[in-house]
Amino acid sequence: MIFTKLKRVTKAGFVNFWRNGWVSLSAILVVAITLFTIGSLIFSKAVMEAALGHIEDKVDISVYFKNDIEEKDVLAIKDSVAKLDEVKGVEYISAAKALEDFKERNKNNAILMQSIEELDKNPLGAVINIKAKQISQYGSVAKFLESKSEPLGDSIIDKVNYFQNKKIIDRLSKILDSARNLGLIVSFVLVAVSILVTFNTIRLAIYSSRDEIEVMRLVGASNQFASGPFIVEGAMYGFFSALIAMIIFYPLVVWVDPKIASVFSGVSLLRYYIDNFGQIFAILLGIGVLVCSISSLIAVRRYLKI
Amino acid sequence: MIFFDKVSKIYSKTSIALEGVSLSIGAKEFVSLVGHSGAGKSTLLKLLLAEEAPSKGSVYFESVNVHSLPKRKLPMLRRKIGVVFQEFRLLSNKTVYENVAFAMEAAGRLSKEIEESVPLVLDLVDLADKISRFPDELSGGERQKVAIARAIINRPDLVVADEPTGNLDPISTREVINIFEKINKLGTTIIIATHNKEVVDSLGRRVVTMEKGKIIRDDKSGGYHA
Repeated sequence: MIFTKLKRVTKAGFVNFWRNGWVSLSAILVVAITLFTIGSLIFSKAVMEAALGHIEDKVDISVYFKNDIEEKDVLAIKDSVAKLDEVKGVEYISAAKALEDFKERNKNNAILMQSIEELDKNPLGAVINIKAKQISQYGSVAKFLESKSEPLGDSIIDKVNYFQNKKIIDRLSKILDSARNLGLIVSFVLVAVSILVTFNTIRLAIYSSRDEIEVMRLVGASNQFASGPFIVEGAMYGFFSALIAMIIFYPLVVWVDPKIASVFSGVSLLRYYIDNFGQIFAILLGIGVLVCSISSLIAVRRYLKI
Repeated sequence: MIFFDKVSKIYSKTSIALEGVSLSIGAKEFVSLVGHSGAGKSTLLKLLLAEEAPSKGSVYFESVNVHSLPKRKLPMLRRKIGVVFQEFRLLSNKTVYENVAFAMEAAGRLSKEIEESVPLVLDLVDLADKISRFPDELSGGERQKVAIARAIINRPDLVVADEPTGNLDPISTREVINIFEKINKLGTTIIIATHNKEVVDSLGRRVVTMEKGKIIRDDKSGGYHA
């Protein structure tokens, strides 16, 4: 019995969807646009995360050691830094390599090159470059280095450039944080607007059937039997809207991809779209079907009172 | 079978639709409810279908107080009462067949039963050849016949019709009334609210006359006296 009812309700939903072609089409278009907005948020977030990560990745701190320090002392500090939780990676540049790099950078500066040649020993010390997992963690890494250098007498570390760059790093950290917060607020607002627009669209679509819902009740249909087809219809709006939104994204992503890549090298939106197609489609489908069918249910209930 | 017990329906102090109406209708009767617009005929029928609730008094159908039923039991009541409206009220995106079948589907009848009964009933109302038309492809008279087919498909004990000929030409009116008489002969109680004098006079059955929310006449086999 329940199976028969379910079959009849589903069939009626499909038939109504098809016969109310224009109403269905306009509802799908509006819902597709709202799902498109939500999809855009997902893509924007991906691009923003990649871009911010890109910027963050450029920040590091360099520890310059005095040139008379033995390599094993430098390596000992490097190893202890590498063990810190906050640290993502440490790069060691020996004194000899530092000199080579310096020469390479300044090979066109004859005077500088000449004066270097005249020195009998390497004027540069070893350097370690440290990358923290998050920008905000550089402060504590720098503090650790300070504490590390003190017991050895502060003769070992020449300078840590964090203290020179602190202001810039802090400001960048603040900008990145507010960019993320702003993104979150904008997302919430857009999602709320999308849900409201969807709800109203469905409500209008069902408003045109209000008299029929009353008639169904008066000829003996139960609430579930009268409202079921509308919920099926709503779910179909959600399904087709999600499908359309995903299809619209493809040419758009192809078009935008090189533009984003030219600003943030290594960030590929197209790759993200292809790799996450299933997941994004599932999210849009879930939101579409859920919001549309719940909207239908709420809208129909108003006319089931008799 | 049907009993209105001192029923009043008061919308506001200035708008009283029914005032202390008591009326009893037995099984297999054919009752015409007559009176001017606003006399309370439609309200009386709406109360019977539990479309609206009375302000005072109670309405009984087959010894059950209609308004004491919980909402989820209303469909059971409504499946025992076939309804026909002045403005037909068919489901516009369903075909003639589907409109009639809908009432059976809603009542949870078997598909096999539906496939057998719907053509028979459509044949009874003379619409066997318009089975897959949509309501807006039919004339007023044809639409009303579909509505009657829908009303009787579940073999109800009672058929209630509110101004069923109000939008019809004289020939269609005659046809529709003939169908009602046919159904009544098969044993179904019929209540028709109307202000069509010819219809009432031609029937020669019980006539209940209403005015300003009260019953002013009840003739066993009268004519139109409003």
